[in-house]
Amino acid sequence: MLAFIVRRLLAAIPFMFLVSITVFILIQLPPGDFATSYAASLSAAGEYVDQNTIAELRARYGLNDPLIVQYFRWIGGILMGDFGYSFQWNSPVSELIGERMGLTVLLTFATVIFTWAVALPLGIYAAVHKYSIGDYIFTFIGFIGLAIPNFLLALVMMYFAVVWFGQDVSGLFSPEFRNAPWSWARMVDLGKHLIIPILVLGTASTAGMMRVMRANLLDQLHQPYVVTARAKGLSEARLLTRYPIRIALNPFVSTIGWLLPTLVSGEIITSIILSLPTAGPLLLQALLAQDYYLSGAFLLLLCMMTVVGTLISDILLVLLDPRIRYS
Amino acid sequence: MTDTAPLPQMDAPGAAPDATASHWKLMWLRFCQHKLALFSLLIVGLIYLVALLAEFLAPFPPQEANARHVYHPPQGLHFFVNDDNGFRFQPHVTAFRMERDPVSLRTSYVEDEGQIIPVAFFGRSTPYRLWGVIPMDRQLIAPVEAGQRFFIMGTDRLGRDMLSRLIHGTRVSMTLGLAGVGISLVLGLLLGGLSGYYGGRIDWVIQRLIEYILSLPTIPLWMALAAAMPRNWPPTLQYFTITCIVSLVGWTELARVVRGRFLAMRDESFVVAARLDGCSQRRVIFRHMLPSLASHIIASVTLAVPLMIIAETSLSFLGLGLQPPAISWGVLLQEAQNIRSITQAPWLFIPGALVVVAVLSLNFIGDGLRDAADPYSK
Repeated sequence: MLAFIVRRLLAAIPFMFLVSITVFILIQLPPGDFATSYAASLSAAGEYVDQNTIAELRARYGLNDPLIVQYFRWIGGILMGDFGYSFQWNSPVSELIGERMGLTVLLTFATVIFTWAVALPLGIYAAVHKYSIGDYIFTFIGFIGLAIPNFLLALVMMYFAVVWFGQDVSGLFSPEFRNAPWSWARMVDLGKHLIIPILVLGTASTAGMMRVMRANLLDQLHQPYVVTARAKGLSEARLLTRYPIRIALNPFVSTIGWLLPTLVSGEIITSIILSLPTAGPLLLQALLAQDYYLSGAFLLLLCMMTVVGTLISDILLVLLDPRIRYS
Repeated sequence: MTDTAPLPQMDAPGAAPDATASHWKLMWLRFCQHKLALFSLLIVGLIYLVALLAEFLAPFPPQEANARHVYHPPQGLHFFVNDDNGFRFQPHVTAFRMERDPVSLRTSYVEDEGQIIPVAFFGRSTPYRLWGVIPMDRQLIAPVEAGQRFFIMGTDRLGRDMLSRLIHGTRVSMTLGLAGVGISLVLGLLLGGLSGYYGGRIDWVIQRLIEYILSLPTIPLWMALAAAMPRNWPPTLQYFTITCIVSLVGWTELARVVRGRFLAMRDESFVVAARLDGCSQRRVIFRHMLPSLASHIIASVTLAVPLMIIAETSLSFLGLGLQPPAISWGVLLQEAQNIRSITQAPWLFIPGALVVVAVLSLNFIGDGLRDAADPYSK
């Protein structure tokens, strides 16, 4: 068991290395570097741009060095916990991203829990009562959930919240808590504000998960061992939870690997629309302003999150299924 | 399913396929059983027809702004009038009048009872060129009096006709989905085929590549790529770039399908027979293997189109995809981005509804095709 986890962790290292290279290439893609965009923003603000200052900036941040040197300086800094300096905000990147990444992680994992809590029972119900009215209704809702892009759902929910309840649902905190220190009341406030983003984010993945669960369980329900158990007089509820559901859960757990990238993607776009104080809006701004230390840090951490998610799902899978453990 | 299972009989009464029914015919028969998919096919067909005939269907030029008709509500199209001259057929819309609240000075539109704007089907319009080539001067719906304006789906913040914009946006969004799938298809076939046919080390590398791409969150990556695109590029170049970006991820699913099929088929007797007959590798792949892959590929392609459409719409919505003056569903939805404009003008949501309808229909078609791809099963 321990050996497996260590092996799996080691295998993730080259992967993370690749991710960091990809992110570095991505943030280097826009023409010019951040010194040029800094100069452009200065002149747009009507300030005098001194070519010497720009050249000095380039020299100080080593922008004239070959890319490979720049990459190692960047990644080396990150390994030391130094994410670089944001030009747009004039402060170290690590100060900017801390709480925002925390909220992104919170939102994403809350959504994973929501997805599972809803998709699991519904999927089981749909499989056990195949072709019943309930099955059709869930399947239909599921299809619609898959077809509505996240941002559209967010817009629609915002619209109805305003029209029906006269409430602005954007943000994660009420104004009085926005800059307050963490307290119990602030947590409760956060919880209330999380509901809409979770619904927006979770709908599509819940629909997908439900279909996975339904298909998995249907595969199991007609296996001879189920018939045997039933013939031996096991009660239906006990029979279901004991055997077929346990086996059907397997692919369910392994899908967290693809669930996380989709959720992170959705989280970005949803929080931009609902103006949540998470990674999304700041990433968008940083990308548009070519504030590349900031956008690079976000991109890297978001990708890492999905890598870690896959890792967790692999470990869970081993815990859940002895067959994988011993083979 | 085992190899020894007898071939099940097709039992579609009436359509009883005789022994000579081709694969495609069987597939079509099977597809027709999926009523929802059939209906969706009709809808998608209509949407593409709209995209094809955009200039003919759109009543007004999509960029034409009317400062006097800002946020004009939709006007319903009526077919009959009943006035002093009796009841007769005369398509028209009811005119709206702008009123200003004396206290708050807010403007609002009220229906102007009795005032109508007559319209004509296939009426004369300002001359235009269909597809930029064929000169025409008639449109599906045109005001009888030249110069009059009507807004079946309302107007946006600049008083531009939503219906016309929606129709032109449909052309861009729907074709972008197709083009993106085209690129994905080439990549998917090539890499998936290589992976499945040769196996071994090539397979290992390509599989790791696919896993790698699938494990990355797409939206942040698309955003980073799209943000790298200079804002001042001409619309056609933007269109092409965005297509490439959204297809970057789409090919992986196709590659997996193709690989799986190639692997399964490599040892099938007809492929072995072809190889033993001394067919060249090219002939084995293109003459024997690809045709039996075609139906599965079509199904996967159909399921990939909606993903591309959502991707483009999301990117353009964020302001990273196509830039206005270009029109696409995502660009149109940008107008509905803030709470003020959507409460004031809920009709700005209509493009969103269209996105959902298109994506849903394409998904149903894909589902139906996937079931039909193997007409011999069940």
